[in-house]
Amino acid sequence: MVVFSGTVDRLYPAAIMASGAVAMGMDVDLFLTFYGLDAFRNGNPKTNQKMDMNYKELAPMLAQLMKEKNVPSWYDMIRKAKEIGNVRVHACAMTLDLMGLKKEDLDPIVDDVVGVGEFVSEAKEGEITLFL
Amino acid sequence: MAMATSKRIVLDARGSFCPGPLMELIGGIRQAKLGEIVEVWSSDQGSRKDIPFWVQKAGHELVSVVDEDGYTRFVVRKAR
Repeated sequence: MVVFSGTVDRLYPAAIMASGAVAMGMDVDLFLTFYGLDAFRNGNPKTNQKMDMNYKELAPMLAQLMKEKNVPSWYDMIRKAKEIGNVRVHACAMTLDLMGLKKEDLDPIVDDVVGVGEFVSEAKEGEITLFL
Repeated sequence: MAMATSKRIVLDARGSFCPGPLMELIGGIRQAKLGEIVEVWSSDQGSRKDIPFWVQKAGHELVSVVDEDGYTRFVVRKAR
């Protein structure tokens, strides 16, 4: 799964589908790139409230409903998915270089830093590829 | 919340959304020993399809599905 977007409304489907996939016994590889990687910088998983601007009228309502209904955060969902099965979180090497970041600047949930070649090679072996 | 009463794990996942109840069940099944019963309570509509599907795929036994007021109880026996 390529996680390109860093807005909460897109991180949720990434987290939910990763959960569903491990529940069904599949392995999951998340490749974080661009804004998706920014969402995993140290501290950001907890503070990030960004929503897609195309839905800016809807976003506050959804955020409020999720809070009222105690929906776990996308980050907690990924953590839980990691407990249940094989979920690997990879950071895009190019984005890291571009932003002048190191692995240590990222949340510990990130397993490693990989190049696009490695990720695409792995994705080739996968049955489903998603771009979010 | 897990309450263990004589070889039965009851997980109250009411109010939790897809895939919450299923994830709770998977966690419960992991903890349980072979032959033990794990029961999960869910008010999420997706569970009706998701849970029986997972139970079958994972090779466990769906003992019963009981509709209660506003939620459903899924009773599962760990079979492997």
